[in-house]
Amino acid sequence: MFQDFSLWPASASSNSGSIDALYLFLIGISVFFSLLIVTALLFFSVRYRRRPGHRAQQIEGSLPLELLWTGVPLVLCLFIFAWGTRLFYRTQTMPEEGMRFHVTGKQWMWKIRHPSGQSEINTLHLPVGQKILLTMISEDVIHSFFVPAFRVKKDVLPGMYSSLWFTPTQVGTYHLFCAEYCGTKHSEMGGQVIVMDPAEYQAWLDGRPSERNPLANGALLFQNLRCDTCHTPGPSARGPELAGRFGRDVTLSDGQTVRFDERYVRESVLEPAKRLSAGFQPLMPSYQGQIGESDILDLSAYLKSLRSSRSPQ
Amino acid sequence: MSSRTEGALAHHFETLEQQAEAGALGMWAFLIQEVMFFGGLFTVYLVYRTLHPAAFVQGSAHLPIDLGTLNTGVLIGSSLTMALAVRGAQLGRGKNAALFILATMLLACVFLGIKGLEYSHKWHDQLVPGLNWNPGPDADAHLNLFYALYFVMTGCHALHMLIGLALMVVVARKAWRGGYSPGNFLGVECLGLYWHFVDLVWIFLFPLLYLLGRHGPHS
Amino acid sequence: MSQKPPTYLGGEYGMRSWLLTLDHKRIALLYLLGVTFFFLLGGVFAVLVRLELLTPAGDLFQSETYNKLFTLHGVFMVFFFLIPGIPAVLGNFLLPLMIGAKDLAFPRINLLSWYIYMVGGLFTLYAMLAGGVDTGWTFYTPYSSTYANSHVIAAALGIFVSGFSSILTGVNFIATIHKLRAPGLSWFRLPLFVWAHYATSLIMVLGTPVVAITILLVAVERLFHVGLFDPALGGDPILFQHLFWFYSHPAVYIMILPAMGVISEVIACFSQKRIFGYKFVAFSSLAIAVLGFLVWGHHMFVSGQSLYAGVVFSLLSFLVAIPSAVKVFNWIATLYRGSISFEAPMLYALGFIGLFTIGGLTGLFLATLAVDVHVHDTYFVVAHFHFVMVGGTVMAYLAGLHFWWPKMLGRLYPETLARITAVIIFVGFNLTFLPQFVLGYLGMPRRYHVYPLEFQVLNVLSTAGASILGLGFAMTAVYLPWSLRYGKKATPNPFDARGLEWTTTSPPMAHNFEEVPVVSTEAYERDEPEVVHV
Repeated sequence: MFQDFSLWPASASSNSGSIDALYLFLIGISVFFSLLIVTALLFFSVRYRRRPGHRAQQIEGSLPLELLWTGVPLVLCLFIFAWGTRLFYRTQTMPEEGMRFHVTGKQWMWKIRHPSGQSEINTLHLPVGQKILLTMISEDVIHSFFVPAFRVKKDVLPGMYSSLWFTPTQVGTYHLFCAEYCGTKHSEMGGQVIVMDPAEYQAWLDGRPSERNPLANGALLFQNLRCDTCHTPGPSARGPELAGRFGRDVTLSDGQTVRFDERYVRESVLEPAKRLSAGFQPLMPSYQGQIGESDILDLSAYLKSLRSSRSPQ
Repeated sequence: MSSRTEGALAHHFETLEQQAEAGALGMWAFLIQEVMFFGGLFTVYLVYRTLHPAAFVQGSAHLPIDLGTLNTGVLIGSSLTMALAVRGAQLGRGKNAALFILATMLLACVFLGIKGLEYSHKWHDQLVPGLNWNPGPDADAHLNLFYALYFVMTGCHALHMLIGLALMVVVARKAWRGGYSPGNFLGVECLGLYWHFVDLVWIFLFPLLYLLGRHGPHS
Repeated sequence: MSQKPPTYLGGEYGMRSWLLTLDHKRIALLYLLGVTFFFLLGGVFAVLVRLELLTPAGDLFQSETYNKLFTLHGVFMVFFFLIPGIPAVLGNFLLPLMIGAKDLAFPRINLLSWYIYMVGGLFTLYAMLAGGVDTGWTFYTPYSSTYANSHVIAAALGIFVSGFSSILTGVNFIATIHKLRAPGLSWFRLPLFVWAHYATSLIMVLGTPVVAITILLVAVERLFHVGLFDPALGGDPILFQHLFWFYSHPAVYIMILPAMGVISEVIACFSQKRIFGYKFVAFSSLAIAVLGFLVWGHHMFVSGQSLYAGVVFSLLSFLVAIPSAVKVFNWIATLYRGSISFEAPMLYALGFIGLFTIGGLTGLFLATLAVDVHVHDTYFVVAHFHFVMVGGTVMAYLAGLHFWWPKMLGRLYPETLARITAVIIFVGFNLTFLPQFVLGYLGMPRRYHVYPLEFQVLNVLSTAGASILGLGFAMTAVYLPWSLRYGKKATPNPFDARGLEWTTTSPPMAHNFEEVPVVSTEAYERDEPEVVHV
């Protein structure tokens, strides 16, 4: 029962220290005010306890005091708000570069795909000291990806990508939980995050049975789904040329622009007519029901890779 | 104080005026909660309309604007007869009030009949999401959301009308039997407020569902 | 000496006279029975949940059963105990008495709202007996609308129906407070209990219909699968969360505002003082009611709502903390130079101040964006809202129940036993929920049936605390009914309190007062003439 018992969680990511600092500050504030109030309460209770010959003295109120105990908490609150928001902004803004992992949640498991194509279930092996970027989606209900040691959590939604990043700083094994209630085996939907030395991580990757990596799988899907019949270079193409398109802004038929990213790729595969590229007819069929979430992510990965290979330097 | 007004004054009020003021205030508070109830629905409508404008334009275009307009007229007419019923009660003409309530009920039934006709057309066209849904190949992928909201919103509105009809039976009977007097017609007044509210909801529903986007760039 | 009129308990007897009564005092007692039943039921589920969590493995129940247990605990406690608890029992009984009226403005609607409440409760009981519901009390879509394989519709219907009970109660209170005040009882002479209930009623009327329509949409979605909240059909599951929390966050204030009203009354009585800064305490209730409607998004900081929405909701959530802090400081200042005695209601009230302070301060952690990311949906949140809901609302409910018990039922409860019980409940509560803050920061997610071994020590502590807490509630459930038969008869004003309810008999007569009272004093004003301005 007392095995591994502790009162403080492991701190193993680049952000966990700064979140702990704010948390400790909040604890300090809380302890201070709790003690202040409880001390005053106990002191008055004893000092002004009812006894013969002692009568209560009526006091109307005091504007300066009201202003004081409105103002001081307000200033403190605004200070905490500013601190928490700055930190939130820093930890939630996705960096441009890093190792991109794909996470798919479903009742009741996490499927994780490494940048080099290896996949695993309910366990996540990571190299220490690298920026890790997760692109996550759910195949059914809402889940939430939660690694306490990294102080990160993000809901994983059906029908919409969410993303998360962190940099593991300590080698070790940590819990991975689902934090959003998702049904019968919610509490068993999780496993371990294993942070390793980069060399060990590489060795671990090499030791995995070779699987088709996302790029290869994306390329294969691109052929098998006949994407290439329309999305070809040349003036007679019925669909826009996709090489070099990822990461750029695309002009739509209604004149608006949209960033060509994973979200847009997914939408275009499932609802091609919704935001049509300018200059093209709505000819593309929907692939709703014909392609799984992880395959869509692989298509995105493939389209992204086309940037360097085919676009002019 | 006549014996009749004495009977009309509940034991916990001091005067009929106080009783009427409390009743009217309660009714207004109740209508505010009705506003929030439909407000929730309108919010859902606005969110989905913003997310999927094409589907909503397509859905609007399919709704029969002639029947919708006719129903708007019918309902405004019923508000008028209801206002006349309140006036009748105010002037102490109980039978007159009862007859105007009856007219309101007739118009309400016409409205519900036309609404039923529209529903049956939708059923026939297989445009009832979840029960009978087959909108055809050209339909927008999110047309189901428009029709789901169409049925929920008009359904909630129709349910309010049915409740209104039930209340009208009670109030009309009491009015016919002379249960109200110029100083004491709170029941008719509250019924009137309720009915005008139901009318007002439709005045919002009609353009949102039938008109908006009909002549927009997408249609 | 003239014959006293019979009390509201006397006069007519028999089931019929109770089930068709229009007397707000009898209706309050009907509510007391209903609310107590659902509290005990919710308590049983809580005990089972805590027993399961004694060990890390899921050895007492299947996961499916466990999920139903915590769902039913939440549903019964929130919708059938905490929300109606203080307003429908104490508010119903006391509002007319406190403002010198013979009844609420709409006695029939008052009775109707009790029946609606019971029908809603029966639907939910049906859902429980038919096999339970496992969505959590929050009914998040698309799990509740599409995936859950349990009796969601019956439970949702129960909540939908009982919502109208709270709406009608709110409407009734608003009209009563506006129009039925005794001559001379101006707004700023009202007891703070009345102010708190006025603010609560506003939330009931403005918020409840939104959750009603939301629950209705979930039922439509589940019955017909039209796609309203299912992303596979174009719906947006996050929209549900917005609509749900638009009501359910203000609902937290439906639970805590009346509790604050009770505390003001109890503290004024047992320190023999007027409440320090009366107007600030009164207006802080309204401020909480208004700001409470603007903070719902803080339940969704990690849901993927935009960064900017998160920032705005975080700021507003900090602001709603201020009026609560103002109340706490004013209560403390009321004790200053008082003449304080420590009867059971006062012990509960002092306990409330301490526990609510911790509940409120830990709310700041959750309003802080960066910290919430880590503690969201963990036991930290569980501990926080139990500090507010149990440490706050339940403590105040017990304070109020003891304070007005002699007035309501005409008997005194055994004072020493009640004081001991209050201490037991305070100790049990802290042992139950303090460890959960630590568990939360360690990362134990809420709604977990099985959990890693290293969390066991804290869970065992928590369960031990729960058994002490349960003992305290059980003692209350014994000695309060016991007092009805064996307790000493109460005088009209056994605690030397101020307020119109103490000027009539205990228990009050059927129409509350022999003649309409005329008010010429300020709230809580005592004989002592000197008023010191600080």
